[in-house]
Amino acid sequence: MFTRVLSFSILFASGFAPALADEARVAVAANFSRPAEMLVEQFELLQPHEIELVFGSSARFYAQVQNGAPFDAFLSADREKPQLLAEEGLAVAESLRAYAIGRLVLWTAEPSLAITGGSLTANAGGKIALANPRLAPYGLAAREAIDNLGLGEQLADSLIMGENISQAYQFVATGNAPLGFVALSQVGRNGVIEQGSGWLVPAELHSPIRQYAVLLNEENAAAGAFLEFLRGPEARRIIYSFGYTMDDAEP
Amino acid sequence: MMFSPDNLQAIWLTLRLATTATLLLLLIGTPLAWWLARTHSWLRGPVAAIVALPLVLPPTVLGFYLLLALAPAGPIGQLTGALGLGSLAFTFEGLVIGSILYSLPFVVQPIQNAFHAMGDGPLEVAATFGAGPWQRFFTVAIPLARPGFISGSILGFAHTVGEFGVVLMIGGNIPGETRVVSVQIYEQVEALQFGEAHWLAGSMVVFSFLVLLIVYGSIRRHAITGMRFGS
Repeated sequence: MFTRVLSFSILFASGFAPALADEARVAVAANFSRPAEMLVEQFELLQPHEIELVFGSSARFYAQVQNGAPFDAFLSADREKPQLLAEEGLAVAESLRAYAIGRLVLWTAEPSLAITGGSLTANAGGKIALANPRLAPYGLAAREAIDNLGLGEQLADSLIMGENISQAYQFVATGNAPLGFVALSQVGRNGVIEQGSGWLVPAELHSPIRQYAVLLNEENAAAGAFLEFLRGPEARRIIYSFGYTMDDAEP
Repeated sequence: MMFSPDNLQAIWLTLRLATTATLLLLLIGTPLAWWLARTHSWLRGPVAAIVALPLVLPPTVLGFYLLLALAPAGPIGQLTGALGLGSLAFTFEGLVIGSILYSLPFVVQPIQNAFHAMGDGPLEVAATFGAGPWQRFFTVAIPLARPGFISGSILGFAHTVGEFGVVLMIGGNIPGETRVVSVQIYEQVEALQFGEAHWLAGSMVVFSFLVLLIVYGSIRRHAITGMRFGS
């Protein structure tokens, strides 16, 4: 344990003050809430720092940071928003890094059903939940998948939108919507869908959901250390276990 | 163009929702207010407390329980399912149910106060002239309680227009069905469309101010007429 702390301290000695404990408030896209909680648990075992997590839609966080929200780091569900923040001088441009590539699942709360793309139309009249495409990258990916399946018009009246992917999940989990597009990390772990039944939406049906993190407050040692930790092997294992992948060619 | 078509649709939907909810609230609220104003039953306290609950409960509490109740396995969902109506979550009808619960005290309390302030006198006089209970209610009580009905309707309507948390939780943001003005503003602000949001938000400020102006103006006027009736 001690050696791990030591090695981390040495690792960060170049960029970050290692010894002093700091606290950081990190805005996290809703799809990443389960892994983020587990990552913070691990991180806090290894570090003196403390991390407070806030979950929501990427668009909401973007708007809030623009208006001076006191977040120290931002884990977005896309690249666009953290990059814009960096361009606007509200985030540290050099800290912009991909931390996960997400996957979409068409999901129902009922166990042991065979769900496929065809379930979307077999669901006659039933509502289909997704995150709001204007606010949430996962909603945009769901929208693309529906369009690429050629069902855009047919399903136009069946779609109900959650403010973020957590609300889309909640609509389906409570049974109010029989089907919905959720993030794989919300319903699966270690390569299996743990609850309900789902169809892993083929990656070629939507643009890749590349999720980027950015540092907002350079002074905050905890936030910097947490973003470094995200790229380490231990964090990677946790992130992968929730069904995310990483594209190592991507910076 | 002041309002985009999306905004106009949200405004129209909001007005439709508030009107429907207010009319239903008058139907439900009037007998309830009458009973609360006149009964000596021990149930008066508990019922009055239940009616007032939405005043103090966060909208999220109502939204949470409504979401569970409207789901196919929930009590309301089972009822509507058995009646062949399907689930009411994410529908206009579902929002009407939510609005009725949410705005109930705003309609019941002013009417109840008006019935109470009227006292027994006018009804007893009417009874000595041979008016039956229904006649007394419709020709004496309701006209005398008119200020209460006006305040109740305006407040119920305005409060439904201002509803946000419950709609966000049970609405599903469907254009023309559940995307009311408050939700539309929220989405526009999150999407950084401040220009469009300004139009709607500014209109809400003006609208709310006018409503309150009417309510407070009428309370003053009716306070004077109320005194005349009391003497």
